Amino acid sequence: MTRLLGKQPVGALFVAPYVIFLAAVFAFPLGFAVYMSFHDYFFAAPGAIVDRPFVGFANYAAVLSDAAVRQSFVNIAVFLVINVPLTVALSLVLATALNKAVRARTFFRVSYYVPYITASVAVVGVWLFLFNSNGLVNAILGPLAPDPSWLVNETLAMPTVAIYVTWKQLGFFILLYLAALQNVPKELYESAAVDGAGRFGTFWAVTMPGVRPATTLVVLLATVTGANLFTEPYLLTGGGGPDGASTSPVLLMYQRGIEQGNPDVASAIGVILVVGALLVALIQRRLLERD
Amino acid sequence: MRRILAAAVAIAALASTVACGNNGGEATSEANQARGPIKVWFSNNKEEVAWGKQFVESWNADHPNEKVTAQEIPAGKSSEEVIGAAITAGNAPCLIFNTAPAAVPQFQKQGGLVALDDFEGARQYVEERTGEKAKQYESPDGKLYQLTWKSNPVMIFYNKALLKKAGADEANLGTYEDFLATARKIVSSKAAPFAIWPAPSNEFYQPWFDFYPLFAAETGGKLLVEDGKAQFTDDAGKAVADFWSSLYKEKLASQEKYNGDAFADGKAAMTIAGPWAIASYGDKVDWGVVPVPTKTAKPAEEIFTFSDAKNIAMFSACANRATAWDVLKAATSKEQDGKLLETTGQMPMRQGLPAAYPDYFAKNKPYETFAAQADRTVEVPNVANSIEIWQAFRDAYSKSVIFGQQEPAAALDEAATKIDGLAKQ
Repeated sequence: MTRLLGKQPVGALFVAPYVIFLAAVFAFPLGFAVYMSFHDYFFAAPGAIVDRPFVGFANYAAVLSDAAVRQSFVNIAVFLVINVPLTVALSLVLATALNKAVRARTFFRVSYYVPYITASVAVVGVWLFLFNSNGLVNAILGPLAPDPSWLVNETLAMPTVAIYVTWKQLGFFILLYLAALQNVPKELYESAAVDGAGRFGTFWAVTMPGVRPATTLVVLLATVTGANLFTEPYLLTGGGGPDGASTSPVLLMYQRGIEQGNPDVASAIGVILVVGALLVALIQRRLLERD
Repeated sequence: MRRILAAAVAIAALASTVACGNNGGEATSEANQARGPIKVWFSNNKEEVAWGKQFVESWNADHPNEKVTAQEIPAGKSSEEVIGAAITAGNAPCLIFNTAPAAVPQFQKQGGLVALDDFEGARQYVEERTGEKAKQYESPDGKLYQLTWKSNPVMIFYNKALLKKAGADEANLGTYEDFLATARKIVSSKAAPFAIWPAPSNEFYQPWFDFYPLFAAETGGKLLVEDGKAQFTDDAGKAVADFWSSLYKEKLASQEKYNGDAFADGKAAMTIAGPWAIASYGDKVDWGVVPVPTKTAKPAEEIFTFSDAKNIAMFSACANRATAWDVLKAATSKEQDGKLLETTGQMPMRQGLPAAYPDYFAKNKPYETFAAQADRTVEVPNVANSIEIWQAFRDAYSKSVIFGQQEPAAALDEAATKIDGLAKQ
């Protein structure tokens, strides 16, 4: 019994609710998705007599030979390459600035956090107004404005989505860095000052190494939330347009699984996405945590 | 690692057990004879809700033992998703008064629908009410899983003031050439930023409001897919694609999504919609309506369009199906059809509509045009993989016609090959 439940069996009781929750809302659906991806599966009414044979890797073969799916993975790679470094750089710089005794510090902290807590549906309307051909951004750029405009431009659509998501999520990541900055010992800054380090030198030699665990977390979270991109291409670029240039794998999962009634194909895309995101996260962790 | 593997195997085994458990069960044919209270869902269109409320009140007053409980379709990204989820969960209502014909093949595949042919006289009832058109709604197995209810024949609305400002003749919209000439005048005169603004987004149903009505008009009522083969690669389909392509190339139509109603807001001088939209224009726009254009001039009484119909389906979760069938008939009686027309302005799918409600159409002249058009409508093809087929078409159309990344003719040919494959499955 002790071997099974440990020295403090009551501990198992305390963790049980969370374990059950995790199993019900995460482990079971994940396992079920894997099951669906190996079967000719579709949702059916209870009691309906349906045939869902095992099809091996047929769904994976269909997915990998689908040009739209391959493009969605390229799109999400473009998104992550822009979004993750930009998120880390901006949130760290802004958190460092906000950590100082600047005037109206609370106002700025709230300003950065508001987009994060505002529903995407509401904010997307503002961005459509800003980035359409007659929008504010193009009015400011004048003859330099791209044609076709940002959100219907095959090259610029995904970077625009990446910048939008960076801006929207920034408040949350600034918060993480602000918490991490509290743990950087003041003495290190004092030593750097005594050694004659300037602002950049202090930032490079003290702040950045001091918040490295937070950076690992920010990179991981930005990658995972980025890989799950859905709302923005769905709303901002009219369903992954133009011509699929901003389609994300999750948007395709929604189209194939929910709209078109092929949850087996959608599950195969999902499993590939999970494996891909895990690999990227693993590489990031190796790179960020090495001394 | 070994523990994770063991857990994964256990989960997969559990999943397979659950999945197998879902396969069993027998059709409950007794339900077809059963009577008692039932639940129904209406769309969330406020005019339809008002009609539904009066219908349910009148039914409940006469049938105290077979009460109907009504509610709006629960919120979701689309009604079809919510209905699909309800079928899977086994809690779909008996009747849904907003079933999209394009979703019927999927609901049928899910085992979620009841064939109306199971009820005595059902086929005769539908055919007498709707006429020949009812055939378009038959499923590939020869059965009817939807009762044809109401259509919203799609036509071209134009803003009289903006056309006047552009110096364009409102009667000059019948052919592609005339339409393009008018569109050029609207944009060059800056009467409106765009001549017409169909949604350029990529949802599977968007062709119903740009390509498909014009294709129906050009072909005299062909479906997108007939006898398992795509029909749009002929001259008619290519002419329609070229027409829309010209509008986008010349920036007479916008490649960008409009957040709102471009026609109601005066950002486009024309729009393509059904009579349901009239209520939303209110006093904002002084509008006129004409049939969709064709390549060469055709008399209005020969022009077909997309029906944009919404039907009523009975769901297999229904325990009291005899009551549900009676409710279906009562809700589509001549009296209730008249009330639906008055309350919503949408066209009941009833033969000889203008003659059936002469007083209404005498008082509401603009609706008479839609009633006349309602006799010449085509539906989405009732084939397996319907939504996948429309998405494949939209992807090709979007790439070529809207964004000019490929020649429309080549894109349509590629889409046809893909769609032929899907239709065969």
